[in-house]
Amino acid sequence: MQNYRKFNLGFFTAGMAFLATLFATVMSSGVNAAEPKPWQMNFQPAATPVMEKITDFHNLLLIVEVAIVVFVLILMLIIIVKFNSKSNPEPSKTTHNTALEVVWTVIPIVILIVLAVPSMKLLFFMDKAQNPEMTLKITGHQWYWSYQYPDNGNFEFDSNIVPDDEIKPGQRRLLEVDNQVVIPVNTEIRLLMTSDDVIHNWAIPAFGVKMDTVPGRTNESWIKVTKPGVYYGQCSELCGINHGFMPIAVNVVSKADFKKWTVKAKKEFAKVNDGPVRVVKMKSSATAEIR
Amino acid sequence: MSDTAHDHHDHRPTGWKRWVYSTNHKDIGTMYLALAMVAAIVGAAASVVIRMELHQPGIQFITDFQFYNVLVTAHGFIMVFFVVMPALIGGFGNWFIPLMVGTPDMAFPRMNNLSFWLVAAGLVLLVIAGLIDGGPGTGWTVYPPLANADYHPGMAVDFGILALHLAGASSILGAINFITTIINMRAPGMTFHRMPLFIWAMLLTAILLLLAIPVLAGALTMLLTDRNFGTAFFSPEGGGDPILWQHLFWFFGHPEVYIMIIPAFGVISEIVSTFSKKPIFGYLGMAYAMAAIGVVGFVVWAHHMYTVGFNVETRAYFTLATMVIAVPTGVKIFSWLATMWGGSIKFDTPMLYAMGFIFLFVVGGVTGVTLANAGSDMAFHDTYFVVAHFHYVLSIAAIFAMYAGFFYWIGKMSGKQYPEGLARLQFWITFVGVNVLFFPQHFAGMAGMPRRIPDYPDAYAGWNMISSYGAYITAIGGLLFFVVLWKTLTSKETVAANQWGEGASTLEWTVASPAPFHTHEDTPKVGSQPAE
Repeated sequence: MQNYRKFNLGFFTAGMAFLATLFATVMSSGVNAAEPKPWQMNFQPAATPVMEKITDFHNLLLIVEVAIVVFVLILMLIIIVKFNSKSNPEPSKTTHNTALEVVWTVIPIVILIVLAVPSMKLLFFMDKAQNPEMTLKITGHQWYWSYQYPDNGNFEFDSNIVPDDEIKPGQRRLLEVDNQVVIPVNTEIRLLMTSDDVIHNWAIPAFGVKMDTVPGRTNESWIKVTKPGVYYGQCSELCGINHGFMPIAVNVVSKADFKKWTVKAKKEFAKVNDGPVRVVKMKSSATAEIR
Repeated sequence: MSDTAHDHHDHRPTGWKRWVYSTNHKDIGTMYLALAMVAAIVGAAASVVIRMELHQPGIQFITDFQFYNVLVTAHGFIMVFFVVMPALIGGFGNWFIPLMVGTPDMAFPRMNNLSFWLVAAGLVLLVIAGLIDGGPGTGWTVYPPLANADYHPGMAVDFGILALHLAGASSILGAINFITTIINMRAPGMTFHRMPLFIWAMLLTAILLLLAIPVLAGALTMLLTDRNFGTAFFSPEGGGDPILWQHLFWFFGHPEVYIMIIPAFGVISEIVSTFSKKPIFGYLGMAYAMAAIGVVGFVVWAHHMYTVGFNVETRAYFTLATMVIAVPTGVKIFSWLATMWGGSIKFDTPMLYAMGFIFLFVVGGVTGVTLANAGSDMAFHDTYFVVAHFHYVLSIAAIFAMYAGFFYWIGKMSGKQYPEGLARLQFWITFVGVNVLFFPQHFAGMAGMPRRIPDYPDAYAGWNMISSYGAYITAIGGLLFFVVLWKTLTSKETVAANQWGEGASTLEWTVASPAPFHTHEDTPKVGSQPAE
């Protein structure tokens, strides 16, 4: 019986040590990419100042949190080794220690204050664009996005998922769209968001943007993307049957290329909303109605 | 005359009447536990089906995505309202509040019966909701407009609303019963500051229920009239606001998470003290830490809503208020560790589960700090990181407390000894399973994987596969639990009145095992324990 107990405790400690290691490896950062990578354990690389600050703040949080978990684990291991009924047959009678209780109340408060300062800085920094150079209007629909460029010709277009059976080699399943959002690099852009049916959420992990699109409300966020490239995101609020199938793809180009694109897009999307309704078959009995 | 009174006193109905008409706190507690086990099979089956669907990228076998959303919704509702609450509050609460405060039964035994049958009826309505008109694919948060009649026509959501109304009414009645019993029917000598921490936990939980459930009931009624009678509380086209629902829901929903975990604190405190053979360290700090968690729990609800478009000052307030909760939870963790420190600990199954609880709660607790910050939450909101967080800190921790409480008290409830070796094996399988299940979800979430999707971009395949294997391991642990349960109930090995020895100092260990139909007929006297 005693042996059996010992064996179990060994397992207990080994399991905890394994988890602690796993937790610590979160800190190793991933490779440069604007999309999720297989076995990725950390954030996608930041492409905006906001996401850079989120990443920095999270690195601080992670150190503190791993330290707390490891500290508690060490205490538990000491308890398992030293205070089992075999090693310590006579239990102590201590039930109070005011100094200790004050310490374990005050130290967490201090830690929280230390964390709260950068947290507040980050929060107020990410709130609104200070000097937006352009505005992008985003509308969520069941189950696609539409985008409007009010100060670049006020054209509007829909952005639908490329369904699995139309995915070409090299494309990313469930992330590619037919019409990517095109925005200029190094430009402070105000995002205005709403919805014309249920609540959706427009999110791009590499941008540090995640904002609900709420019917009857206009929400504001901002981005300033510092690296050109294509960035992917997905709807992040349960919005019905095809919630998992309304991705977001943003193509960040140079300012000159953006100017050229707006000229082209103005013509291309002039009549987009008069087009025939196309029904896209997902790999499902459910269908998405797409204009 | 005295003979008649005596006969009446020993009256004990048999057969189906004993259970259906029951006013006995032990029988009602047993029925709550049985209901929780039945519901747990359904709720766990839903989660295993979800994990099988997510095992690989692409659609495995759920071709109807509404059905997938219904599974997600049903898993949440069933686990919250029909597993964790009935087991920890209805089951252990009914069984052990009268036994631990030294009274023969609950204050309102017939209301106790009504509480049980309301929640049972609620479960039936919820199952009906899942089977008709495509089911409610709204998530357990039931956000309108998705939950409105426009986007969920049919009666599924209405049945779901009525199911929650019944479960809520059951909880309110149960809460009134608990509060009255604990305040008025304690044995002489058991002052508030001498109540076992489990009783403190149940009292605070009942108060939270009494304050939070009516808000849910109001919100549900508004949604019901929006859906059926033309009101527009949550519809912008009628001057309403979908965000109002989120405020009302989370004003209930955040205290609700403490309603689920504070009873677990109570169970774990009893077990840690018993197996360490020491009184709980910092008893008053522990009691008032739970009270503080309950109070602060009412003013942090909007941390579930950081992305709805609040102004920045609102998010700043809710960030700071939420971080405050880390202080009393820290007090609890350290007090448990200090109770064990210097103890002479027997690592039987209840204690293994208690230590497992502490570990899971700490891991889930620190990720809670990450999510509390509105700034960093922008990267985590609605990703699998959140799924990992709340399963660690709440769901799995609560399940561990349920397993811990079951093994701790099954001797008292049944008079039988559970098979120790098999039970420990069950713990290890479950402990490994839940960590393999939920730890990789942190990584998937950080990489950006959203919640509540039936298929995911191929890059998330690795962690999802590991997570699914964890689900299967956990499910094996769950099945093994029922084997352990069967072996216990059919065992010939009986246990003594106080099977855990000197550490078990609360009053339930002073009555025989199994606890007789009527207990504490002579009021016990309480000395200085357990406080001093």
